[in-house]
Amino acid sequence: MIPAAAPRVDAQPFLRAFVSPAALCALGLIAALAAVLQYSLRAHIPGSLDAGAFTLANFTALLKPLYARVFLDTVWICFLTAFFSLLVGYPLAYALVRTSNVLVKSVILVTSVTPLFLGEVVRTYSWIIVLGNNGFVNTMLLKAGLIERPLQLMFTTFGVVVALVHVTLPVMVIMLAAALAHIDRDYERAAGTLGAGPVRAFLTVTLPLSTPGIIAGVTTAFAWTFSAFATPQLIGGGQVNMVSNLVYQLGFASFNFPFAASLSVAGLALTFAVLGLLRLAARPLERMGPH
Amino acid sequence: MPRALSQRLFAFAGVLVVAAILGFLVLPAVVVALAAFNGRAILSFPPETWSLRWFVKALAYEDFQAGFRNGLIVTGWASSIALLVGAGFAFALDRYRFPLRGAIEAVLLSPLVVPHFTVGLGFLIIAAQVGLARSFTTVVACHVVLVLPFVLRSVYVSLRNLDRRFELAAASLGASPGKVLLTVTLPLLAPGLVSGWLFAAILSFNEFTASLFVTAQRTQTLPVAMYNYVREYADPSMAALSVMYIVATATLLTFANAYLGLGKVLNVEHAR
Repeated sequence: MIPAAAPRVDAQPFLRAFVSPAALCALGLIAALAAVLQYSLRAHIPGSLDAGAFTLANFTALLKPLYARVFLDTVWICFLTAFFSLLVGYPLAYALVRTSNVLVKSVILVTSVTPLFLGEVVRTYSWIIVLGNNGFVNTMLLKAGLIERPLQLMFTTFGVVVALVHVTLPVMVIMLAAALAHIDRDYERAAGTLGAGPVRAFLTVTLPLSTPGIIAGVTTAFAWTFSAFATPQLIGGGQVNMVSNLVYQLGFASFNFPFAASLSVAGLALTFAVLGLLRLAARPLERMGPH
Repeated sequence: MPRALSQRLFAFAGVLVVAAILGFLVLPAVVVALAAFNGRAILSFPPETWSLRWFVKALAYEDFQAGFRNGLIVTGWASSIALLVGAGFAFALDRYRFPLRGAIEAVLLSPLVVPHFTVGLGFLIIAAQVGLARSFTTVVACHVVLVLPFVLRSVYVSLRNLDRRFELAAASLGASPGKVLLTVTLPLLAPGLVSGWLFAAILSFNEFTASLFVTAQRTQTLPVAMYNYVREYADPSMAALSVMYIVATATLLTFANAYLGLGKVLNVEHAR
């Protein structure tokens, strides 16, 4: 007979050793986020890094038009960025998954993934050189005689969105490609034999089947854009402000950590609200997708 | 046949679109390279004179050197700790049932959605309270949490693709669980572990927003040093440094793609 107690230990060997460090990291992260939440409910003591008594004043201050405006601008920029990276990312993901040429495949993969690993500062700096008044785009357009004066591309929402799309494109491509790679191509062939042209087969079969990837890509792009700091800071140059810039400004220029924390909390709540809405809006689309 | 013609036109248009998008992705890198080799301090396209002086200046700039050293310290610790923690947890996630399994996973993956400035602010507040404000410990802890989702994902995907029959064979031949793990599972997982560590290292080395909050002058990492430089100076040293950055990153990724199968790790192709 087998002793009843012995196998239980071996069924999941090293469980404790594998899980406890991860649980510790999770606790650390929870503590950090809890600290932000706690600070958001405390009063600011000017000239001190310590926080005062508990209050809701930080959140009522958020309703001022100045701050409400930044929140609206942030959501608008996130929306534009997510939309355009979907528009630009889809053809790239499609080509990545469907090309049979190994070299083309790896060129597309490395080219589209590299910006993800470059870090925000290098990418943003590069875009400053591209978009600046004596930058690449303006110099080329002036030389070609298409414009007489440099276009104002820096310090505009347009410039910020262009640079942000460049940042979110890699994640979008990865998520779309993951979805496209898992589509059974027999469905498209079936549509073809039933008389659908390539465009129609794409619109009625491939596109709906890739909805999970679209939703994952759009939500991630949205969240990442919300997190962006260097791009709106340097390309927006104070003319285009996002929540992240305000948090930094309040934390390090005014040392008002409680208010910076309440902005972060409100930002987080807003992110989750928008992501929830996106998922809700996508539900009818998803139903059209794989059954 | 008109259909064949329209299909060809369609495919041709597709190639053009993809080429244009790749151009958009590569454009900043090309422009930065033009600026970096420019002989003068003022931007002009194409450059009137060529020179390597900005590379020399960037390499000699003290803040960049210190940032590079600090970055290596932070990245070395953070990516290695994240690999140990993430690989163990991915293994437990793949094989075991335990309390709070889903909750711990959700918390560890949350940095993918929670803005980095929020995480950085939180770590700064806690570090100030326990008297570790602006020490390397804080920066490393913050980076571990931020890169952990990528390690988890990369190791988890390789675990899913692992053929468990090898482990069963070893166990049935009398190997203890520890021996199976060390001599069978670990070697089979090696590509996933290496790519997970590589991702973590690259991301940690380049992490900026949270680092801006948790670093001080003494612990400033390279991206923070670059950010401060861009804000203060306009000469092309930063372009030269960017070129070195882009070349190093693209080389590492090409290597990762060739030897580890980037597509499989990122789940964009079927693992076979």
